[in-house]
Order: sequence, then structure tokens, then C-alpha cells
Amino acid sequence: MSKQVVQLNRVIIRFAGDSGDGMQLAGDQFTSRTASFGNDLSTLPDFPAEIRAPAGTIPGVSAFQLHFADHDITTAGDTPNVLVAMNPAALKANIKDLPRGADIIVNTDEFTSRNLTKVGYAASPLEDGSLESYAVHPIPLTSMTVEALKAFDITKKEAERAKNMFALGLLSWLYHRPTEGTLTFLKQKFAKKPEILAANIAAFEAGWSYGETTEDFSVQYEVKPAPMAPGRYRNISGNLALAYGLIAASQRAQLPLYLGSYPITPASDILHELSKHKKFGVMTFQAEDEIAGIGAALGASYGGMLGVTTTSGPGVALKSETIGLAVALELPLVIVDVQRGGPSTGLPTKTEQADLLQAMFGRNGEAPVPIVAPRSPADCFDAALEAVRIATTYRTPVFLLSDGYVANGSEPWRIPVVDELPDLAVEFASAPNHTREDGTEEFWPFKRDPETLARPWAVPGTKGLEHRIGGIEKADGTGNISYDADNHDKMVRLRQAKIDGITVPDLEVEDPDGDASVLVLGWGSTYGPINASCQMARRDGAKVAQAHLRHLNPFPANTGEVLRRYDKVVIPEMNLGQLALLVRGRYLVDAIPYNQVRGLPFKAEELAGVIKDVVASV
Amino acid sequence: MSETVDLGFPSLKLVPKTDVKQSAKDFKTDQEVRWCPGCGDYAILAGVQSFMPELGLAKENIVWISGIGCSSRFPYYMNTYGMHSIHGRAPAIASGLAMTRPDLSVWVVTGDGDALSIGGNHLIHALRRNVNLKILLFNNRIYGLTKGQYSPTSETGKVTKSTPMGSLDHPFNPVSLAIGAEASFVARTIDSDRKHLTETLRAAALHEGTALVEIYQNCNIFNDGAWDPLKDADHRDSLTLRLEHGKPITLVDGSRGVVRGADGHLDIVDVESVGIENVLVHDAHRDDPSLAFALSRLSDSHTLANTPIGVFRDVRRAVYDETFQAQVATAKAGGTADLQSLLSGSDTWEIA
Ligand SMILES: Cc1ncc(C[n+]2csc(CCOP(=O)(O)OP(=O)(O)O)c2C)c(N)n1
Ligand code: SF4
Ligand SMILES: [Mg+2]
Repeated sequence: MSKQVVQLNRVIIRFAGDSGDGMQLAGDQFTSRTASFGNDLSTLPDFPAEIRAPAGTIPGVSAFQLHFADHDITTAGDTPNVLVAMNPAALKANIKDLPRGADIIVNTDEFTSRNLTKVGYAASPLEDGSLESYAVHPIPLTSMTVEALKAFDITKKEAERAKNMFALGLLSWLYHRPTEGTLTFLKQKFAKKPEILAANIAAFEAGWSYGETTEDFSVQYEVKPAPMAPGRYRNISGNLALAYGLIAASQRAQLPLYLGSYPITPASDILHELSKHKKFGVMTFQAEDEIAGIGAALGASYGGMLGVTTTSGPGVALKSETIGLAVALELPLVIVDVQRGGPSTGLPTKTEQADLLQAMFGRNGEAPVPIVAPRSPADCFDAALEAVRIATTYRTPVFLLSDGYVANGSEPWRIPVVDELPDLAVEFASAPNHTREDGTEEFWPFKRDPETLARPWAVPGTKGLEHRIGGIEKADGTGNISYDADNHDKMVRLRQAKIDGITVPDLEVEDPDGDASVLVLGWGSTYGPINASCQMARRDGAKVAQAHLRHLNPFPANTGEVLRRYDKVVIPEMNLGQLALLVRGRYLVDAIPYNQVRGLPFKAEELAGVIKDVVASV
Repeated sequence: MSETVDLGFPSLKLVPKTDVKQSAKDFKTDQEVRWCPGCGDYAILAGVQSFMPELGLAKENIVWISGIGCSSRFPYYMNTYGMHSIHGRAPAIASGLAMTRPDLSVWVVTGDGDALSIGGNHLIHALRRNVNLKILLFNNRIYGLTKGQYSPTSETGKVTKSTPMGSLDHPFNPVSLAIGAEASFVARTIDSDRKHLTETLRAAALHEGTALVEIYQNCNIFNDGAWDPLKDADHRDSLTLRLEHGKPITLVDGSRGVVRGADGHLDIVDVESVGIENVLVHDAHRDDPSLAFALSRLSDSHTLANTPIGVFRDVRRAVYDETFQAQVATAKAGGTADLQSLLSGSDTWEIA
């Protein structure tokens, strides 16, 4: 039976269920197929901090949102068109985000009176009329899966567990997704369990044919591929792109990559990923704590490795003293901070632009550290290369400020050609660099390159360059201990001048009509929502320009000039105005902060409203 | 002046040898040494500088890393590579260097506060991992650099600036702590005993893996005489137990010796009453650490009676930097590293 096919420009699907229901996996698979089909897409996984909160409760709900389209999109979408709710908790936790008319696919098997009471439903929402304004598709997903698998030699529990594949099969049918990749994935995942493999495939196919045969779905949807620059693509998440960026940087710099780290959400996946790539000479060390993680990385940098440490906000707090030491020693080091909600433990699995000021100022003394922030999952790759370039060129620790949204989100990525990546070759010091009055040659560890102000990187094992470095103030040039007042003043200024002098690309402005009077300035992962909201505002006639900072220390040289071109500057941030504080202090521009600290990315429509209001007020 | 002879230090097999004859002078720097006159650190520095040529290593392949404290100024005075880092973190920094650079001989200098207070975590984990580090712990039972507060090795009741009515804390015994932390090499020596210091450094350098050497050091400004009973000629021989592998464990004067009590604990008894043949013979290479631990418990932290000096434990077990590098080598041998195919992954599509 072939059904009517409706063309759509874009769709937002949210899969929601218990942490154990396999929603992240179903979402991932749907995303991969959607990516290879050629849609542009953006994802937002949203899961609880607990591994398995009590089953059927609101805190236990794990969700995965995917936005895909036949055109360029930059966010995971505001309001889902389709919600897959595997139980009452998933329905309750997500219903408020759905616009009227949205499709809701519910697993009726879980709507027992016990489960309903657990989340505070007095009557079943499927029966009390409260969902009247939605297109509800009540499906006994669990029992249909079990029924479809009764021929298999597996336990009931194992059969039930395949219900996410049934749901995936149904959704794949509904949106015309290719199936081959999912089958390949299952074959790899269950290579050693042929019976489970066969059952999962059967569940997937049962879901697909249910869509084909049921009266409940009268139409099938199609979203055409999006036009994209020619090339070979893959889908990639931010943490993976960041890990690959570090490996690529190590290859391009010809420095072995050394990661010293301590597990912490949402950064641990970078440690996991890098640990797999020892054949690239990548060395990973799970230390006893964050302080040891960065200490070991700094020790490795001292020995001529590309030292990296990965963490989140609480870990940065512990690493602060060592970052200060790296500033004083002037050794390359990359500190990856995948930001999450704070303060303290805060919201481990939720996103927040929590640590800009911590990265900027969170050390004793005048201890400037460059900051690079990726704007999207795929951009994590390039941002990692950029952080390494700065670290090795200027012999300095560098912050790479990612966050939970870019880290776990994914998008299509045009795979770069390795030979076209920047050359990051580094030269170690190999000979004395100073001649004494009596003509003898000696090595001065703090004699700077006149252009970059970087000091020589002389690694142990280099004959004739034996020297001592440390956290105590050093005499300019010789690096010997010095408590001299003038020398300290000079060294403080030199270290600052070195960071201020880092060459970074100019800030670019996107202003299609060139006549905007309001600028929206952002940094990091808010790029997508700000971009989408600016487009919406423009469609409604608002004249607005967008600029996005990738370098937060130093700021691009033209930043002040760009800011002063506009009557008003709006700075949306997922914090209480950290960039706004820096911009106001630095450029004396009366920027208007717009802040949300909800653990979730901005909704583009909401932000567009804010922008339109500001434009209207000019 | 020491001869440059290759003693075949197994822990240093990957470190390049020097082709010039070295002397203690070669290890001195032009920096003015800034310890208080009379400080025990001077004797240790001199001992180390005169021992170094014996290793016969290329000077540029030796690195000294320290934390913060009077003792931690040490690297500035050694004409090798060196880093004076931050309080308590030297073992972590040195671990990162040692595991990535098997061609270096990495030494750590730390104090009782640096190693056992703020850096306690890093110390125990370095010991358990068995990274190829030689850690010299200068124990003066006081915070020297911050002008005399009690430390984690100070005896209970110690009156200092921060404890005018006496300290309440029970002290650590660094040797017991190290053995409890799975250390493969633990020794104790004294700043003023050059011969014993040198012997102990030699044993540590020979050891493969982490070696912890506790050095009793006098801070003549803030805790003068802390170790005097073990130094003055009238008492030391009746207070000190000399640990020598394969020899009966007795006080230096031979009067009393260590025997195993009926319930398994160690006892100190008159050698004459039991006969020397019944005195416990020291076995530093014994895998089981319980005897070494029991020996470390014999001393009295107040009177210093029955203080063992020498190598408590010296056993061979997997060395972290070797296994760490071996995994990388295995992975490298197991396939070519093609960055382009890594970036591409297995699920791609082409847009024309
Ligand atoms: C983070 C930090 N906390 C405190 C200090 C102050 N401080 C410096 S050395 C020291 C204690 C040193 O004692 P010890 O390690 O025994 O060394 P000693 O001076 O006795 O050789 C302290 C508390 C510091 N430098 N850094
Ligand atoms: S304070 Fe004590 S430990 Fe420090 S240098 Fe002086 S004597 Fe030595
Ligand atoms: Mg001390």
C-alpha cells in the first residue's frame, strides 16, 4: 500500500523515554541516516546526570532532539513537530515544548495506572481529552515488539529492550530514511550475539511495516537534501571533532599528543576518544585528580610533547594554580573546558557559558591566557587546531572553551583534506642564543622572539642548554630568580604584551543588507541560535547584524571599531553577562546583555523577539 | 673525585651516557645558594653533586623537579635541566615528563609538607604506579619556608607558631605511608651521613620504578636538633637499626636485635639472650611488604629509639613508563595511522 507523500522543508523530532529505553541510540541512528541522506541537521541530546534514575520518573527522562532540513540550519530547533514518548514521564516532561498540532507517538503499554500516578497524572492524558489539540498516535510499542519477536530464542526482557528499534523503524518509514546504515550499525554492535542481532533487525522492520500498513498514519513525509558545498561529508559531534582536531594538530605539529585528564561530564568522551588512538602516538593518562592531570600534561610539554588537559568547570577550578605555573614557565599547553551548568556541581549534563570569566581571570596575579571558543560541533575541529597554533607559537597555555551543547550536539561536517590543514611545525631551541661580553656563548631561556615575544622551547636532552625554570619571578632574559621591582614590572608587562600581540583574524560581520543599526554579538555555542534568530528577525523586517567571537583573548583587533558602528549592541549569553562585562570594560560600549541560564540553548524564536524589540527601540 | 664508571643502572638503560669525565663541580650552578647557613640541605646538595658523576649520564638528560619549600629550591643549584614547580605537585609533573621521555633520568625533591600535606595524593599515586622517578623527601619535621609551622611528620604536641599549645595531629611515618601506597622502593637516610646518603642514592638510582628516599634533614632555624639523637656519637649507635640486605637486623652497637614475636609482630630483644642466629635477617627484595612495614613501625616518633636506616624495600614490578610506552608501541605496530581515514570514518556521503 503506498501512501501520500508530503514534502516538508524541515522537521524537528524529539525522542524521549526512560534512561534505559535506548532513546539516545535511536536518535543517533536516525541522525546518521539523515546526515547521509544529505539533509542539513543539528542535534541536542538532553539526558539526566544520574545513570539510571528510578524508572518511569521525570528525573529519569532522557531525550534526543534532531532538527533536519532541506536548507542550511544552525540550531536543533525550538519546538518539536514530533514527539516520541516512551512512557507517561516522557510525555509529561516534554509536552510543554510542543506546539499545537504536533504529532505525538506514545507507547501505550507504559500508560498503566501505576506509571501514571508515579508522575502525577490523575487520569490518563490519552483518555481525558487533554491532548485533543495534538495528533496523538497511541501505539502499544512494547507489546508489538514482543509479539514481532516471539519466534526468537530470547528472553521477554531482551525482546522488550528492542522497542527502540521498533520506534526507529516506524520513524524511518515516516520520514523516508534510508535503512542500510542502521542495519550495518546493528550488525557491528551485535556481531557476537546473532540472536539479539536478528531480533533487533526484526523489530526495526516490524516498526517500518507497521507504518506502511496502519491506518493511523495516512501520509509519509519527505525532506529533500539540503544544498551544501561540494565535498565528502560525515556527521560529527563536538567532542569527537575536538578530539580529532587535537590529533590532527599533533600530526601537523609533529609533536606527540599527551593528554593528562581526570574524568568529568561532559568532557570525558574526549579522554575516551583519544585513548583509542595510540597508533597516532597519542598518549593518554588518567590521573588521580585534575591537578595531576594538568601537572602531567605540563611535564610532558616541558619534555617537548603537545600537552593537553580536558575538563569541565569544577576541574578548571582545581587546575588554576598549574595554569598560572604554565603562564610563568611560558610552556605550550591546551586546556579544554567543556562547560556545564554551575556553580559547584551544578548541572553536569546541561550546557552553560559558565566559565568565560574563570578562563579569563581565574588565577592569582596577572596571568593572561588566550581563549578560543568553537561555535558549533564541527567547528570544534578547527578551534582545536587554532588553540594548538597559539599554544605552540606563543609558548603559552590556551583555553579551548567548548560547552555541553556543542560537545554532545552533532552536525554534518565536510571532511577536511589533511594536506590542506595548517602547518603547525615547531622548532625547539638547539643552540645557545646569547653571547657574553667575554665572547662565551650561553643559553638564555627567557630571551624572547622579537616578533612573537615567545621564549625558546628548550627540551631536556638538548646538550648545552641545561637551565632551570620555575614559578618564582625570573629575570628578563636569563631566567634566573629575580625579586627586583623593575624586573617584575617589566616581566608582567611582557607576558601581557605577548598575549595581547597574538595575531587573530578580524571579527566578521554578517549584515546582508548592510544597513543594520543593531549588532548581535555572541561567542561559542550560541552561534546557531543567534544566527537563526537574526534570520527570523530579518524576515520580519528588522535590520540586524550578527558578529560572533571565536577569540575571546585577545579580542580581534577590529572589535572596538565594529562595536562602535552600531547604535545598539545586544549580547545574548547563557550566563549572567560575562562577555558583556568584558566588552563594556574593554570598549566602553553600552552593550545590552540578554541572559538565560536554563541549561539549554536559546530558542531562536524567543531570541528573535528580543532582537526585534531592540531594533524597534532604536 | 668520583670515577665515571658505568655501573649498569638498569633504571637508566635508556638514558644516554656521557663521554666526558664528570666531577661534582660539573653539577654546580652559578646561582647563589640561599639556604640558611648550617641547614641540612647543604649537606644533601653536596652529597648529590658528588654522587651524580657516578651515574655517568649525559648531564642534559638529567632533570630535577621540585615543589615548594626550602628543600624545593634544590633544582636551581643543579646544573642539569630543572623545574621548581608549585606546592605538592612535583610528582605529577615529573610523572608526565618521565612517562613520555624514557631517555631522561628524572629526580624529584620535596619536603615533608610538600610531599605529605598538600601533595600527599600525588605522592601515593606516583608510588602505586611505579613511574621511573627518584623522589628525595627532605624531612625536617617542620615547614621551613613558611617560617616554622608544624608539619605532618611533626611529633604530637609540637609547639610551633601555629600550635602554641602543642600540635594535636598524629604524625605520618613516611616510610610506612610509602609501603602502604605500594611503593616498590623505600629507603631512609640522614643528611649528615655522607657515606650512607651516597649508598642510598646509589640503591635508589639502580632501582627500576619509583624510589622514595626519606632523608632526615636538620632545619637549624625552626626545628634544630630534630634528629640529633640519631646523629650524636653518644646515642646514635644504640638508637639506630641498620638495614642491610642479607644481614641480621640489629642496633648499630649490636646490643639488641629484631626477632619475630610469637604472634608474628616484631620485637627488639637482647641479642645475647636469643643468639645472633635467631635475629631476623633483612630481605629488602621480599615481595611481601609486611615485614618492611613492620620494621617501619619499630621506631618511636618522640625518642627516635629503634629507628631503621637503610633500604626497607626494593622489589621489581612493572614500571609504569615502560608499560605506558609499550602500549603505544603495540598500537603503532598494529596498523598504519592514516589521519585522513580517521577523519572520514565509515559513514560518509558525497555532495557533487
Ligand atoms: C598553594 C600553596 N600553599 C601554601 C604555600 C606556602 N608554603 C610554601 S612552602 C610550605 C611548606 C613547606 O614545608 P616543607 O615541604 O616541609 O618544606 P621545607 O621548607 O621544610 O623544606 C608552604 C605551606 C604555597 N607556596 N603554595
Ligand atoms: S628555614 Fe630551615 S630548612 Fe629552610 S633553609 Fe633555613 S634551615 Fe634550611
Ligand atoms: Mg619541611
